[in-house]
Amino acid sequence: MKTLKVNGKRIKVDADEGTPLLWVIREQLGMTGTKFGCGIAQCGACTIHIDGKAVRSCVYPLSAVTESNDVTTIEGLSENGDHPVQQAWAELDTPQCGYCQPGMIMAVAGMLNDMPNPSDEQIDAQITNICRCGTFQRVREGIHLAAKKS
Amino acid sequence: MNDLVNGINVSRRRFIVGASVAGAGLSLGILPAGKASADGHLDEVNAWVVIAPDDTVTVRVARSEMGQGTLTGLAQLVAEELECDWEKVTWEFPTPGQSLARERVWGPFSTGGSFGLRGSQQYMREGGAAARMMLIEAAAQKWGVPAAECYAENSVIYHKGSRRKTSFGKVADAAGKLAPPTEVRLKQESEWKVAGQPLKRLDTADKLTGKLVYGADIQLDGMLLASIKDCPVMGGKLVSYDEVAVRDMPGVRGVVKVETALGTSGVAVVADTWWQANKALEKLPIEWDLGPNADFDDAALTELLEDGLDADEAFIGNAGGDIGAAFAAADRVVEAVYKVPSQNHAPMEPMNATAVLTKDKCDVWCPTQDGEAALAGASEASGLPIEQCEVYKTILGGGFGRRGRPDYVHQVVEVAKAFPGTPIKLQWSREEDQKHGFFHPTTMAKMRGSLDADGKLTGLHLRISGQSILAGLAPQALQDGMDRLVFQSLFKQGVAPNMEDHVISYDFENLLVDHAMRNPPIRPGFWRGVNMNQNAIYMECFMDELAAAAVRDPLEFRLAHMGKNPKGAAVLKAVAERSGWGQKDGKHRGLAVTYGFGSYVAACADVTVSGNGDVKIDRIVAATDCGTAVNPQQIEAQVEGSFVYGLSALLYQEITFDQGVVEQQNFHTYPSMRIKDMPKVETILMPSGGFYGGVGEPTIGVAAPAVMNAIYAATGKRVRSLPLKEQLKA
Repeated sequence: MKTLKVNGKRIKVDADEGTPLLWVIREQLGMTGTKFGCGIAQCGACTIHIDGKAVRSCVYPLSAVTESNDVTTIEGLSENGDHPVQQAWAELDTPQCGYCQPGMIMAVAGMLNDMPNPSDEQIDAQITNICRCGTFQRVREGIHLAAKKS
Repeated sequence: MNDLVNGINVSRRRFIVGASVAGAGLSLGILPAGKASADGHLDEVNAWVVIAPDDTVTVRVARSEMGQGTLTGLAQLVAEELECDWEKVTWEFPTPGQSLARERVWGPFSTGGSFGLRGSQQYMREGGAAARMMLIEAAAQKWGVPAAECYAENSVIYHKGSRRKTSFGKVADAAGKLAPPTEVRLKQESEWKVAGQPLKRLDTADKLTGKLVYGADIQLDGMLLASIKDCPVMGGKLVSYDEVAVRDMPGVRGVVKVETALGTSGVAVVADTWWQANKALEKLPIEWDLGPNADFDDAALTELLEDGLDADEAFIGNAGGDIGAAFAAADRVVEAVYKVPSQNHAPMEPMNATAVLTKDKCDVWCPTQDGEAALAGASEASGLPIEQCEVYKTILGGGFGRRGRPDYVHQVVEVAKAFPGTPIKLQWSREEDQKHGFFHPTTMAKMRGSLDADGKLTGLHLRISGQSILAGLAPQALQDGMDRLVFQSLFKQGVAPNMEDHVISYDFENLLVDHAMRNPPIRPGFWRGVNMNQNAIYMECFMDELAAAAVRDPLEFRLAHMGKNPKGAAVLKAVAERSGWGQKDGKHRGLAVTYGFGSYVAACADVTVSGNGDVKIDRIVAATDCGTAVNPQQIEAQVEGSFVYGLSALLYQEITFDQGVVEQQNFHTYPSMRIKDMPKVETILMPSGGFYGGVGEPTIGVAAPAVMNAIYAATGKRVRSLPLKEQLKA
């Protein structure tokens, strides 16, 4: 048994320490907003925050998380789905199939924590998530819009 | 693509059938739960329209939603005819089982070939209009006035004379009991208020918060998780596995041999969690009989395809004039060989399905592009009559053609047989998804063009050699061995009604397009854009080569053969003008035009190629004439995305085989475009009216060739095979 702080709540989990956080979140905690895409940290669909920093949870083992870490998933990014990134995404109707978008939104929100007004070059360097529908044009526009909102 | 394969069978009477069996639906108890209000009355006006007492309108959408926006577009069309308040519109998926029980009232569920909207718009608009007439009739009867004196607007019905009014929700119950009208008049596009508007999608909100439940997210009480490995070589078989080696691993509940009626053969581990199942599967010793294709590789493929380039026998897809005479009289003959590899769909959500099987019921939850094919798969795999099976569709985490196949449904039902009554979710790993795709067909093309002394194109021979999708997936659809779909966007006009959406853009005096079918041991499938993709590359890149050989402007060279295709010429001219074609500004531009899935499309690409061969795509201008634009902002989104899909294929993607096994097993070796490489896409919508063309696929056709031609403009080098990878680095 290990206690995690997820979306502000302390939760006990019972899983092998080698289990990636992605599967702890999805299968032990039953929170399915964080997606499985590749399992090798290539696509970013599984992006969550640990202490405000974006990490790819499919390769982040439970053993690397301590009780003092703040784990944030898409479900906890905002109380009412109104984080500036979520607002910008809604305004631009960014998602297509939407499967990559929780990870995309978490990656963008994590970047904005450190870089409140990123340039296009910084976006290119920081946001490496894959979206097969190809929403990048609106993702880029949405990042600039979210930066204005926050 | 099923509609395309089978021919279109759209019954104008479908909504009437739907309305007339609504009562039967009630007695059979097959209406979706939750549609009866508290006092037990039903709010279904007809099969398409359900109205609750609070005026909420639920539009039933049978086609699948995988990001392409069909769901919202169809709801807009129904709402337009219904005259309801768009703010009160929501949606639901009817199930294929309900549809079957109601004589297929919702028509085909198959969602592909850019058909979702254009294949359903007529009967769904009629459904909306019929529902409006029934609501008005119900109000008129209540007031004792003629229906002709009443009208509906924004979910309210008014009587002109007495100024009485009532809302849809108040008369929906009565309306549902009326006989449907025998004739409806549909609105002209010029009268549209809801359709044609750039409205927001109906399904966005839950995609931003993680609340939307995809197939991969299904959770049922007592559910167990399965991970599967199918024989890595096509045509091979599972021989044995050593269950003892993994039986005591944490969470493991069992190991199951999974052989399906579709010919797949593999093994799944079932555990309390997917992570446990997959860990154990990785450790499971498995013996395969790799079968006859265990030595198949790229060299074997190349040999096979090259053999067809000059073969004597070939299926003729389009011929006119006298190609032999044209070549004999030519001043010059230009020749080039092109190649397009296999590609995987790689949707972000790997294949998955969930099933509960008991002795008399088989329920499946899955993301599918064809609910009815999934239902048939559940029945075939379970051995239960189709009436005892049901499929609950989710929104798809990408489809692109892959999820039209029911292989993973068969598999999950086979696994569920070993756990009667227990919900089983089968989740493929990304590696499994890469290895067991239904890949974009691989072909080569030998192009030959004859020019006269004035540089005029006098003859063109396009020989395609390679794979047929139908031969692999639906051999019954071949015609005397010929796969007509191979000739998408090259087909002759007026030959086959269901190929009219895929005719050639140019008028050539002497032309031969033929196909030497060569089928490698690779499972082919419908991949977004299908055969239009490589055909547009072959045609458009070679037209560029011919223009260069003739020392003609590529735009003028094309337009000289588009006199009979004014809509194609219009989109081509539009992208040329917007992009600054012909300007001496140091930019390197490439053009492409095609016609596919019923839409006229063109693109102009600007590229920069660095000294060391790095290609940067600076700008794309794309135009589409899809006839009717139901939701312009969603069309723009589809066009933008189609370039990411098409250019990922051009720049990075190929599936190759070593000893019969796919070599690219995850995104590190099968890369997909990321934000840093996406060019700015400017979309020009030119709906000319009078028809419904596809949107999801057509512009993919022009993505790769426009960039390939721009690369030539920048470097003088012709790229003739995909992917580009390091080709310019030499």
